[in-house]
Amino acid sequence: MSTSTFERKPPIKLAELSSLSPADIATINGVLARLKELPGALLPILHGIQDALGYVPKDAVPIVAKSLNLSRAEVHGVVSFYHWYRTEKPGEHVIHLCRAEACQAVGGRALETHVKTRLGIDFHETTADGRYTLEPAYCLGNCAVGPSLLIDMQLRGRVTSARFDRLIGVSA
Amino acid sequence: MITVYVSRDSAAISLGADEVAVAIAAEAARQGVAIKLIRNSSRGLFWLEPLVEVATDAGRIGYGPVQAEDVASLFAVGLGNAHPLCLGLVEELPYLKTQERLTFARAGITDPVSLDDYLAHDGYKGLKNALAMEPAAIIAAVTDSGLRGRGGAAFPAGIKWKTVLGAEGAQKYIVCNGDEGDSGTYADRMVCEGDPYLLIEGMTIAGIAVGATRGYIYLRCEYPYGERALNEAIAAAYANNWLGANIQGSGKHFDLEVRMGAGAYICGEETALLESLEGKRGMVRFKPPLPAIKGLFGCPTVINNVITLASVPVILDKGAAFYKDFGTGRSRGTLPVQLAGNIKFGGLVEKAFGVSLRDLLHTYGGGTLSGRPIRAVQVGGPLGSYIPESQFDLPLDYEAYAKLNNMVGHGGITVFDDTVDMAEQARFSMEFCATESCGKCTPCRIGSTRGMEVIDRLVAGDQPVKQEALLRDLCDTMLAGSLCALGGMAPFPVLSALNHFPDDFRPRATPA
Ligand SMILES: Cc1cc2nc3c(=O)[nH]c(=O)nc-3n(C[C@H](O)[C@H](O)[C@H](O)COP(=O)(O)O)c2cc1C
Ligand code: SF4
Ligand code: FES
Repeated sequence: MSTSTFERKPPIKLAELSSLSPADIATINGVLARLKELPGALLPILHGIQDALGYVPKDAVPIVAKSLNLSRAEVHGVVSFYHWYRTEKPGEHVIHLCRAEACQAVGGRALETHVKTRLGIDFHETTADGRYTLEPAYCLGNCAVGPSLLIDMQLRGRVTSARFDRLIGVSA
Repeated sequence: MITVYVSRDSAAISLGADEVAVAIAAEAARQGVAIKLIRNSSRGLFWLEPLVEVATDAGRIGYGPVQAEDVASLFAVGLGNAHPLCLGLVEELPYLKTQERLTFARAGITDPVSLDDYLAHDGYKGLKNALAMEPAAIIAAVTDSGLRGRGGAAFPAGIKWKTVLGAEGAQKYIVCNGDEGDSGTYADRMVCEGDPYLLIEGMTIAGIAVGATRGYIYLRCEYPYGERALNEAIAAAYANNWLGANIQGSGKHFDLEVRMGAGAYICGEETALLESLEGKRGMVRFKPPLPAIKGLFGCPTVINNVITLASVPVILDKGAAFYKDFGTGRSRGTLPVQLAGNIKFGGLVEKAFGVSLRDLLHTYGGGTLSGRPIRAVQVGGPLGSYIPESQFDLPLDYEAYAKLNNMVGHGGITVFDDTVDMAEQARFSMEFCATESCGKCTPCRIGSTRGMEVIDRLVAGDQPVKQEALLRDLCDTMLAGSLCALGGMAPFPVLSALNHFPDDFRPRATPA
């Protein structure tokens, strides 16, 4: 089958209104092409977008909605319901710090204070230099050797203040 | 050729196992020592991780905890020889030797993603038996074993399966609840990372028993290592005809896929999980209809916890009576207890039901990590009560726990020493409920936020008598007016803290 030049058009017209780069749109369309036929495809698609771009851009919502025949409100509702999805571009490194009980029992609260002070940010924020984004987590399954965190999805246990500083390359 | 084992379990990695493995490979190359390095699962003795094991004629000799900088000295004495970090034969360690490992029989022994290893260590024996049985006979075995759901509610697995077998539906599903949201628990994680074929086998048996040809593992997104291991194992199972069409020539069909959660505790609740799998917000559904009748995409669905499903293969392999022989009262079989928090020897202890909390905390756990006295332990995750020392002789048994408003739950035991502030813990329970509420019920959504404020005023000494009455009232409202156990049980840790540790809720002395 041949495609005439007449039919050649950008996949989604909305692109013109959006803040997304053509590369981002291509990425999103690639994720959609790969996953949209799955039963209950929305979460896998949002994961696919966040894994590729680091976040789920607000302007991805209408593209996803259109492709799945959902309303924008439905897609937005899902994105905002789940703590994992973020709608702002994260820093270079994402830290998920465990706040749950087993980590609290071994100094998790003090570590949380140290991390926030050291980075100068609160949860859900990114450092001014764009290096780190800090997110809370409620258990990482590392409860026998806490306090724990994920840095760029790598698990670290028995994290003391000093170990945290070493992790981010600061010598105290 | 010397065989050396370093775990690929994420807890071991979190303590440096990858660096140790790299150092071992480099040192072996440098010294020209021929080794075979296997990244095995973890024994679950986490205070010894990174644990290095060396195969010898007498058995595996362990060293731990090993750091990368210790590796040269291990080679200097010769692998398998005496060294300050040497633990002797790993399987003779009392912590391990006295356990009853049925579900975790392969923990620390095999390479998790090697199908050959799995088959060489009793893998797929249960499924082979099941393939020769009638569905009703498989379900009868599960029922007779006494196996109850390990995800929290302790519902008999066989009865759930029977309902799904009897339900009408062209398509049925097996859903594995791998959301493991409870703080203090990691047994599901260890199975997914360390013995993924076991879960695949358990789900396949469930599928054959109830007539379901599709399965989903809903895994929390905080478990990226588990996701990788499961996907590797699923691919190998497909490639070797343990999944897909006509499994091992039986004519049976079972497809399996991993789906990742997105950081919502409520998606561990079974109906919220199904909503999430369908691509929606994780809102709790009203029951009935039960998921067994109208579950995923409206079809009859078995939904079970990872450990429930992972306990099925041994039951089909060794028989219902074998499994039922372990345990006490109506709590049959074994429970993989997870020792967590401020504990010296934190790790996985799989024992028959009936073991006392004191035994777990002291004989196994060795007391606190800090060396201070244990003050409180939270059993059963964030919705479980805080248990004081006076109840430490309680035997691990669903009914004995429930009698005292305690909960066995998923078997997590989180230990706190005497520096814990129980009012702060109670406040956190309310905060957690507020953060994770799906929003459907007012007592859960709003009551939890009010609860935080009331606790703040209580400890500030602002009309304490009135605040305490208010807090108890709020808890009653949540207990009575919540659709699911998030709002309905969050009062348990709060009330237990208040009842057992009232001093912590008294106004604080203002610093001079
Ligand atoms: C708020 C809430 C969270 C839950 N979280 C989990 C969980 O993370 N894992 C789990 O297996 N069950 C969890 N459950 C229990 C499930 O609703 C359900 O009982 C379980 O998946 C059934 O499987 P089982 O019978 O094998 O235990 C949770 C329940 C509630 C109310
Ligand atoms: S109790 Fe809370 S989490 Fe459960 S259904 Fe109600 S609002 Fe949702
Ligand atoms: S409580 Fe922090 S890892 Fe489980």
